[in-house]
Amino acid sequence: MSEKYHVEEHRDDEAKKLGMWLFIFTELLLFGGLFIVYSIFRFEYPKCFREGSLELSVTIGAVNTIALLISSMTVAMALTAVQKGNKKLALQLIAITLLMALLFLVNKYFEWGHKFEMGLYPGSETMKHLDRGHLLYFSLYFFMTGLHALHIIIGMVLLFICLFKVKSGNVHTKNYSFMENGALYWHLVDLIWIFLFPLMYLIS
Amino acid sequence: MSENKNQHVSYLDHPGKYKGIFAWIFATDHKRIGLLYMYAIASFFVIGAFLGLAMRIELIQPGETIMKPQTYNGIFTVHGIIMIFMVVIPGLSAVFGNFFLPIMIGAKDVAFPKLNRFSWWIFMIGSVMAVASQLLKSGPPDTGWTFYAPYSTTTGTNVIMATSAAFVLGFSSILTGLNFIVTIHQMRAPGMKFFNMPLFPWAIYATAWIQLLATPIVGITLVMLIAERLFGIGFFDPALGGDPLLYQHLFWIYSHPAVYVMILPAMGVISEVIPTFCQRRIYGYKAIALSSLAIAGVGFLVWGHHMYTSGMSEQARWFFSLLTFIVAVPSAIKVFNWLSTMYKGSIDMQPPFLYAVSFIFLFIIGGTTGLILGSVATDVQVHDTSFVVAHFHYIIFGGMGFAFFSAIHYWLPKMYGRMYNIKRATWAWGFLFVGFNLLYFPQFIIGIQGMPRRYYDYLPQFQWAQVISTVGGFIVVSGILMMISNLIAGARKGEIAPANPWHGTTLEWQIPSPPSLENFDEDIIVKENPYDYE
Amino acid sequence: MANNTSHTTEYKVLVRVLLVLMTMTFLTISVTSFNLGALSVTVALLIACFKGYMVLSYFMHLKYESLLLRILVGMVFVLFALLVLITFIDYAYR
Repeated sequence: MSEKYHVEEHRDDEAKKLGMWLFIFTELLLFGGLFIVYSIFRFEYPKCFREGSLELSVTIGAVNTIALLISSMTVAMALTAVQKGNKKLALQLIAITLLMALLFLVNKYFEWGHKFEMGLYPGSETMKHLDRGHLLYFSLYFFMTGLHALHIIIGMVLLFICLFKVKSGNVHTKNYSFMENGALYWHLVDLIWIFLFPLMYLIS
Repeated sequence: MSENKNQHVSYLDHPGKYKGIFAWIFATDHKRIGLLYMYAIASFFVIGAFLGLAMRIELIQPGETIMKPQTYNGIFTVHGIIMIFMVVIPGLSAVFGNFFLPIMIGAKDVAFPKLNRFSWWIFMIGSVMAVASQLLKSGPPDTGWTFYAPYSTTTGTNVIMATSAAFVLGFSSILTGLNFIVTIHQMRAPGMKFFNMPLFPWAIYATAWIQLLATPIVGITLVMLIAERLFGIGFFDPALGGDPLLYQHLFWIYSHPAVYVMILPAMGVISEVIPTFCQRRIYGYKAIALSSLAIAGVGFLVWGHHMYTSGMSEQARWFFSLLTFIVAVPSAIKVFNWLSTMYKGSIDMQPPFLYAVSFIFLFIIGGTTGLILGSVATDVQVHDTSFVVAHFHYIIFGGMGFAFFSAIHYWLPKMYGRMYNIKRATWAWGFLFVGFNLLYFPQFIIGIQGMPRRYYDYLPQFQWAQVISTVGGFIVVSGILMMISNLIAGARKGEIAPANPWHGTTLEWQIPSPPSLENFDEDIIVKENPYDYE
Repeated sequence: MANNTSHTTEYKVLVRVLLVLMTMTFLTISVTSFNLGALSVTVALLIACFKGYMVLSYFMHLKYESLLLRILVGMVFVLFALLVLITFIDYAYR
């Protein structure tokens, strides 16, 4: 046992990783329920869904997609940096990840803000008078992107904690479970968006 | 090793970081958490039972007896919410899974003890929310525990509080499932491979997967329901382009697998009790282990059999019917294996065994009437009648309930180091068994004759059965009270029990009663065959 | 129990994966800008599945994890696919 690092007696990193993967399964099925609803209503109202998606900006959606993909790479790199003992690089990479996440949320803020200005928000009078298919499309849009944004925030909290743990030396080359599992959760957030983006924005 | 013999300190006496009630509320010891769940769940069960009795009194004659129709709707709703979400789904897993899973696989606790404690906390919070839904201004929900749209999205009652409570309770279930899966994968004692585990851990394993994967779907569905009430998002409202059937699909995608969460641990208990009281190895160990996984898997694909009369396509109806008949097969396999274990065994008719045998009898009735419901043509006649009510009470109460009673009579000596009065336990069993059949069997008959379920009033020709049923209800409640008071007396001041009063072979019987804090003070001997009676 | 002996993915592998993912993103956008009817959805979803596979395998290290974990992940996706398919047996034939 090295002097520098204190190994906890009852530590089981395999268990923690398995635990995080199992939690990821529950998140996949949580969103899965919404994807089931989406698939049914898109099947029933294809024209309305296409028209609805024209209200969304593919550019902003694409920028957000790229931001999340980059953030996934940087957080994976952060884990590699921790494993290699490169604390400074790890901190920089986690910071970039958080920056990309923030960019995503800022874009989302403007996207939603624009809709709210148009009178389009859950429960609004405008929504109530929409075509049935359009109502369902926008309800799904707010619900799914909203739930996703909530998970971005949760992921950011986890990443902030990672940042502090790496900074304090709590997470290091011989004890990096928190980093590994925090990164896994972040990848989940990216994974969901990979499917959400084409289904919401790219209905041709 | 001998110097340790005098140092055995029961987990109940272990001086921890906290004192008094905090030693319980902040406990991370899986055994204490199991007991905490048990005290809560037993209380909820008694409350739910009295709600049921109130319904039975109302139904003893047509028309108003002791309550108004709106009250009746509220009572069958809360009876369902309490029994399903607060008693039967968590029941066996949270109580006996927590207490005995680690011990039976040779571990000193679950994988994540603090998460375990958190699971209990949110179980209690969800339960408080469920109580709140009864007391807040808008009145108790009257939708049934199934919360079907569009009534649930339009009724003025406290649906949001009740569905939020179910959401929180579901989260507790998910985390418990997660904990148990990791525990079984990572914490088995050296030498204990999957196929050296006893069958109760196998049952808990299959159950944990269902809890983990199915619950999130009802979680998001309930959130959709809340969003519909608050924002009119339109998913389930035909006037807004939605589909009420979509709610039913999503709801039953969870709620059908949920019934396997209820019954699989129950079957696991029976698979433990039968070998012990027949002093014989279980017949078909592998078949029972694998059938648990099969039930869990196929159980995800049958949900539409709750919806045959709802308006689903013909193809959907025959698909679900076919899968429903398939899922019955692994259950039947277990029944045959249990009976084969008993054949030429050295049978000891102690209370745990009485409950186990009556489980088999009641489960067979429940299961075969399930086939009548699973077949589309016959279901059309009996859907939404008291035939369904009788069916699911035979399975849930006669099945899971009696298995729970079997488990507590089996394991109480281990948990508390004391024995209850066997004679009184046997009498209580008698009351329960006789009362149960009087309570529910008549409901099969009038169900076929057309008595609807969830109805406050009925035609006079059904009264004969309602009277018998109500008498049965009183006998059941007497049996419950007798049983519980006997168990409490036994746990508190019963005779000191030996470590292995029933001569079982699984690991929990190799340690002292009650166990010490970390379960195993001496080396564990893992046998290849967990039921090594020969 | 092996503590923290997970595989270390090299930086350049991660960069390459990002480039593939970005290429696939642009491909999806251009494919869906044409009206190919049902084919558009299929292609978009297939590409999304491929991107998901890359994220799972490389970013989430599944490629280097145990067979057990890979099977479990697969099972979850199969379960989801079955739920969608079976629900459609109702809606497609109404």
